This record gives sequence, C-alpha cells and structure tokens, in this order.
Amino acid sequence: MKAYDIVIVGGGPAGLAAAVAAKRAGNDSILILERDHELGGILNQCIHNGFGLHTFKEELTGPEYASRYIEQVIELGIDYKLNTMVMDISQDKVVTAMNREDGMFTIPAKAVILAMGCRERPRGALNIPGYRPAGIYSAGTAQRLVNIEGYMPGKEVVILGSGDIGLIMARRMTFEGANVKCVAELLPFSGGLKRNIVQCLDDYGIPLLLSHTVVDIEGRERVEAVTIAEVDENLKPIPGTEKRYTCDTLMLSTGLIPENELSRSAGVEMSPITSGPLVNESFETSIPGVFACGNVLHVHDLVDYVSEEADKAGEHAAAYVAADGALAEGGEEVKVVAEGGARYTVPTTVNVERLGDSLTIRFRVSGVFTGSYVNVYLDDERISHKKKRIMAPGEMEQVVIPKSKLAEHADLKTITVKVESE
Amino acid sequence: MYDVIIIGAGVTGCAVARELSRYEANVCVIESEEDFWCGTSKAHSSIVHAGFDCTPGTLMARFNVRGNEMMEDLAKDLEIPFKRNGSLVVCIHKEELGGLQDLYDRGIANGVPDMKILSREELLEMEPNLSDNVEGALYAPTGGIICPFKLNIAMAENANVNGVDFFFNTRAEKLTRDDEGLWHIRTNNGEYITRYVVNAAGLYSDYFHNMVSENKIHITPRRGDYCILDKETGDLVEKTIFPQPTKMGKGILVAPTIHGNLFVGPTAINMDDDCKDFTATTQEGIAELIEKGGMYVKDLPIRKVITSFAGNRAHEDGHEFILGEPEDAPHFIDCAGIESPGLTSSPAIGEYIGEMMRDMMGLKEKDNWIATRKDVVSTEGLSLEERNELIKENPAYGTIICRCESVTEGEILDAIHRPLGARSLDGVKRRTRAGTGRCQAGFCSPRVMEILQRELDLPMEEITKTGGKSAMVFGRTKLEEGAR
Repeated sequence: MKAYDIVIVGGGPAGLAAAVAAKRAGNDSILILERDHELGGILNQCIHNGFGLHTFKEELTGPEYASRYIEQVIELGIDYKLNTMVMDISQDKVVTAMNREDGMFTIPAKAVILAMGCRERPRGALNIPGYRPAGIYSAGTAQRLVNIEGYMPGKEVVILGSGDIGLIMARRMTFEGANVKCVAELLPFSGGLKRNIVQCLDDYGIPLLLSHTVVDIEGRERVEAVTIAEVDENLKPIPGTEKRYTCDTLMLSTGLIPENELSRSAGVEMSPITSGPLVNESFETSIPGVFACGNVLHVHDLVDYVSEEADKAGEHAAAYVAADGALAEGGEEVKVVAEGGARYTVPTTVNVERLGDSLTIRFRVSGVFTGSYVNVYLDDERISHKKKRIMAPGEMEQVVIPKSKLAEHADLKTITVKVESE
Repeated sequence: MYDVIIIGAGVTGCAVARELSRYEANVCVIESEEDFWCGTSKAHSSIVHAGFDCTPGTLMARFNVRGNEMMEDLAKDLEIPFKRNGSLVVCIHKEELGGLQDLYDRGIANGVPDMKILSREELLEMEPNLSDNVEGALYAPTGGIICPFKLNIAMAENANVNGVDFFFNTRAEKLTRDDEGLWHIRTNNGEYITRYVVNAAGLYSDYFHNMVSENKIHITPRRGDYCILDKETGDLVEKTIFPQPTKMGKGILVAPTIHGNLFVGPTAINMDDDCKDFTATTQEGIAELIEKGGMYVKDLPIRKVITSFAGNRAHEDGHEFILGEPEDAPHFIDCAGIESPGLTSSPAIGEYIGEMMRDMMGLKEKDNWIATRKDVVSTEGLSLEERNELIKENPAYGTIICRCESVTEGEILDAIHRPLGARSLDGVKRRTRAGTGRCQAGFCSPRVMEILQRELDLPMEEITKTGGKSAMVFGRTKLEEGAR
C-alpha cells in the first residue's frame, strides 16, 4: 500500500474539513479512510436544516453541508477510501485498515488525524429494567432507518432523553405520521439545543417531561408499553408517580460517547470527562503527530464548530509533517483548567508560541446557570469577566483570548476558565 | 414417523440429540421458538462448574463432574470457545472459613480434582482486585467459562449433519399414547408421531411430565438478573468469583466471559408458576447485583454496564435432575429440572440418556458418524496474512459490519447460510456476536437487517429481532412511498 503523510480516520465533517485544511496548508499526500459507503458521516442522515449558519452564513441541510466539503475534497484531488474500516493505529502511526478490495493493509503515516466521531449510549448502559423486545432504538439508528433506508421503525413512539437527535426525531417521526407521545428527560434540564425544543417539540405539542425516566418496558416480542416515573433530586424514581404509555417504540437519546477505541489502543491519553483525547492548542494528542478533532474529541452541539476545530487540526498536521515532526521550539506548556460550573476545556494545554492570533477555549457547563459569569484567569489575575443570561449543558460555550494577552503575562502557568456567580 | 422426538432445542435437548445421532434411528427436535436457546439456555452464567457444591450422591453431582470432564474434548471437536479459568469461592468473614472446608470435602466426595483452600495472601496474589476484607477461598482449577450459545448450537449442528431434523416454531401442545404404544404429539404445525419422546422442555418440563404421569413434579421459575460490563473491564478478575452457596443457589458471581467482558449475576427470585416466560429485569434485581457484586471485588466498575438481562432457572422442588422413564409413562424420557449445573452437565446428560435409549431401543451405532463440527469462521485474532487469504477467497470477510466486536459480513453470511442458520437479528447475534458489543447493535442493526432481508429474500417488515411478532420496522416511510 502506498505511504501517505497524513492519514485521516473518518470521512465525516471533521475528517473532511481536516483534509481540506491540510491540503490548503500545502500537504499533497493525504488519505481519508471512511467506513461507510459514502463520505459525509452522520450528516448524511441529518436531512433537517440548520447547519452552517456560522460557517456559510446559510441554513443548509446535513447532506448539503457535507457536500460543500466533499466537493472540495474532490476538487483538491484528495485520496479517500470508502467501505474501509481502520482496525488499529500503532503508537508509531502505522494505520491498519481493511476493505473488500484491498484486504487488510497497513499504511505508515507521518501524521494521523483522529476523526471517528461518536456513538450513542445504548439502553443497556442506562439500566432500564424490563423486557428486551424489538422496538427499542437509539435515536440515531432510527434516524438512519427513516432517512437513509426509508423504513418506519415504529408508529407510537416514546422518547427517552432530550438530546438533539431525539428532539429532531420527535419531529421527523411526526412528519411521517407517527404519534410521538412524549419526551422524558431524567435531568431537570434538556441536553439539547433550545431551538430544537421549540421547533421540534413545542411546535408539535409534544410534551417534554423533565425529571422523568422510563422505569419499565413491556412486551416480550415488540415494545407494547413503557412506564414513566418522576425522579427525585437524586434521580431516583418517586414511587406513586408512575404513568403507563402504550407504544410500540422507545427511542433513546441519552447521550453521545466519543468513539475512541482506536485512540486508546494507540496509547493516546484520554480525558475522563469528555471521553475524548487530551489535546493541546494544535489539537495534537499526547502522541506527537496524532491529532484529534470533531466529536471524537468532545461532543459538539453545532457542526460549524467541528469544522472550525478540524480546520486547525488539519493545518497543524500539515505543519507537523512539513517541519518533519519538529514543531516550533521554545515556549512553555501552559495548563488550561475548568473550574466552578465549567466541566472541562478543550484544549487542556497551550504553548503560546504556537498560537495564531488568539486562543479559543471551548467548554460545557455542568448545569443550568442563569445570570452567571464566565471568568478567565491567567494564574491569579482575572482577565475576563462576562455575564451570560443563561448557560445550559446542551450548548457549548467558548472564550477567545488574544495571543497578545497571553504573551504579556510573564511566566504563565495556568489558564483557568471558571463559571461562577460573580 | 420418528423413533425419537425431543421436545426442546435448548442445551439439554441438543446434547441428547447429538448423542442419539450416533445411532441408526430417526430423530427430530421440535422447538416452540424460532431458534435454539430461547428459554433457560439463553440467559444464565455460562460457567462450566467444577462440581464442589452439589450434594454428594446426587445426579447433579455426578453429571456436573462428568460434564466438566467431557467439556474439553467436546469444545475441541465442535469448536466451542471454552477456557478453564478456575473458580474461587471467596469468604469475607472469618466465621465462614469453615464453610470452605465443607465445600472442599463435598468436592472430594464428588470427585472434583486439584482443589485447594487458599489463605488470604495466596488468594490476593491470585486475584489482586478482590476486596480488602477477603479472608480466604476455595480454589477449583477445573472450573471454566464457555460460550453458551456455541455449546448449544454446536451440538445441534453436529446432530443435524448426522441426520437429526429440527423443526422450529413448533409448539408441542398435547401428548397422547395410542393403543400400539406410539406417542402422538399435537403441535401448532400438525401432529407428530413417534416411538419415544424425550422431554427436554426446560421450564415447561413439568407440564409435559404431568400430562403423561401420575407422579407429579413441579418446576418453579427462579429468575436471575445479570449485567454484562464493557470489555474494558474484562480483566478485573481472571477467575470466576463465587460467594458461599446458599439454598437459593450459587449466589451472585463476578466473572470474565469467554469473550472478554465481565459479568455480574445472577439474582435468585422465585416466581409464580405462570411467570415461566417473565424474563424482564427489575429495578430491585439490578440494584441487588450492584450491591452484592461489589462485596467481593474492589471498585466494581458498574458504570461500565453495557446490557442487563434476566432468565429463569427450571428449579424442581427437590432440587435434582429428573432423568429417565417415569414408571407409568413408557417410552417417555424425562430430562426435567435441569438447572445449575445444567449447562455443565448437558454433555453428560446427553451421554447418559443416549446410552440408556440405545439399550432400551436396541439401537445400532452408525459407522459413518461425524464427531466434529466447524464453527462460523471468527476473524477475531487472525493475522493480516490469514485475513487476506480469507478475503481473497470471499471479499465479504473484508467488510466489518459490527464494529464493536469486529464481525465481518463473511461471518454473518456464514451464520445465515449454514444449515439451521440464523433468521433474525438475535440469531445472527448469538452465532457471530454482531451486536453484543458496547454500542449494543446501534450501529450494525440496520446493516444486519439489510443482509438478512437480502439473503433470505424477505420484505424488511418480516425481519425480526427474535422471531414471532418482533418485527424491526413497520413498512416504508411516506417519503419513500411517494418516491415509488
């Protein structure tokens, strides 16, 4: 198999944007490996609109958004292989992959970009008691069946979890003539975007039951009913609040998990909070020359941010190859830390020397915060103090710090992003 | 007309079928569900027990030890994943230590080899992740773990190559004996006539027994809930960790599975007689697993659960296997009350019933009996060269369908097209492991559905999770209808 400078694992929005950026940065030896039969990743099944407001200043559907990048990949003559599963990435960046035509093969790469995306949390991981019949679908699986395969996974639907895919599917199933009875959410707030709650539930009169969960699933062969109960502040069902809903389908939208089996076996250091790799300002992981971007790094709310990060990852991968693995000398590693209501940050380390004009730190909050502040500290000095009307776990937050601010702070050790009441 | 009809295609029925297939006889198995292993045989601990806890002198003790002894060769002949990982009965209270000696003595009486009582230090050296308060353990190196589905189907497929017929979706309803001594079995698919009946109906074995005999037996469904944890946690313990047994059974174990997951279970809850098919998990059951599983193992990573399930043991009131012909029901052979150590005992029960029926019926051995069987080729663990050879022969081995367990399309096609092949998603899952991984079929189910539909030439609406009314989809979307 031909050797490549940069091998990109995954041809979804992250992989595509990274490829385009690496090519534009001057690298001519890039290969995208995609496990599905077409490029575009999960965007292909997201036929609703609302993509690209930031990137293209237009409202695109998922496939349209993907095609903007796919066209560039083709125009730029970037190589890709479809129906190809990456089986292993070694610490020294040898990628082992497999497909029908080439069999199993290895590619020694100078840089690897991890862009495998994420998967859905299944029913089993939620410990929902009851039977295990047909008709329990994760929302993304149902979305694929409806939007790609053209089949109806059910007609009377209850949805557990208010992640964005679940909200989108509530509307999609309604369009297709199904009766969506309710969306139950264990937490006292939704995990999805506000706009999706309004446009997918409220507009169709679908109730969102916060602090509720499924406590029983009936039906030995196909789902026949589920029982939903209210939960207390410890998320334990409250006896006496049970209500039975007859239905043939239970859809789950209870969280996405970055898919990092390959990263782990390669030996990449992981964040226990995001379940994604720990990266620096260049989106480089603990293994030099291995970069990560998109939902494999941390789960995003908007694809625009995926593209933006992937763009940087691609650019830095190209720079890494161009410099023969020797990145900008000098500069100290500065820690980035999340505190207060901020759960994590991406990146977790920064080398100020390697930054462009500014540093973007993305994070999510641990609960709903009204009228709280996002404060940024350089060591003990607070350099930014911004009030936010509302912050919720469903939406990603960010702070941008000009490089000049960081450079002027002598002997900087730690950048802290803190969500606090004042 | 058949010489022998076996009711039930669980592990016991299939073990008997395989042993009978050695002889010149016309044998079939009728099964009410769409596939093998649909009752007790699909939901249990998958442990090959050493045999130290059975009461000496019982059939359970005898067949447990014999079955354990047979398992190694059987696994080799029939390509069943099996490993003697060893069993530990762990004590966390000093006053329980005497119990270990009792178990040891019972094991000696039962003929269990190589057992040893371990001190706290020896135990922790062997299993460093046990809780800090362990006091000692009984160690039985012959204990093992096995793929329960493969044991069941391997014996069935081997029986089938040797001439045994299998009829699925065929529910025995009534048994009557005519004047000539022939048994008539009324089923939902017409009547079957046979000289001999083997009752391997698991939870329903009392139902058939009591239909033909005045010496009534009673089977209590005793539910057990289980959790399976992510493969990440599979090396937490190497051996099967048991608490001390009680009269409700062997207790909640923590063990690796043969495929590298960790499992915790089972609970033991006696159910009403009309709850034989109640296999729902419950909140209380899962809570009990989490609590008790954590008593013997340090930091049990219960958050890594990928699925839970429940099954019912066929607990006979006398807690003993009932094997053979009731006095008042000639040519009706019971294999009833098969609960733990039923899986371990199954090959030995098969051997025993096979030899008994050979003598009763005067059966002659076939001279062309095939003793071995090839499993679905598993690509897991193959080298690059081995994979490429396979892919060259059949490119479908180059396409991964289940990415969590790395199952290829080639393996799934084999599972569908081999004799007694898969017809549902669960059928594919239990033959190939597609869908058993951490995403629990989220990714591969639409793909497996598509393969099943294509290969079985069925409309998508007829593709089921596990037969019957378990359809996966209800027809086309409006959009798709419009396009057509």
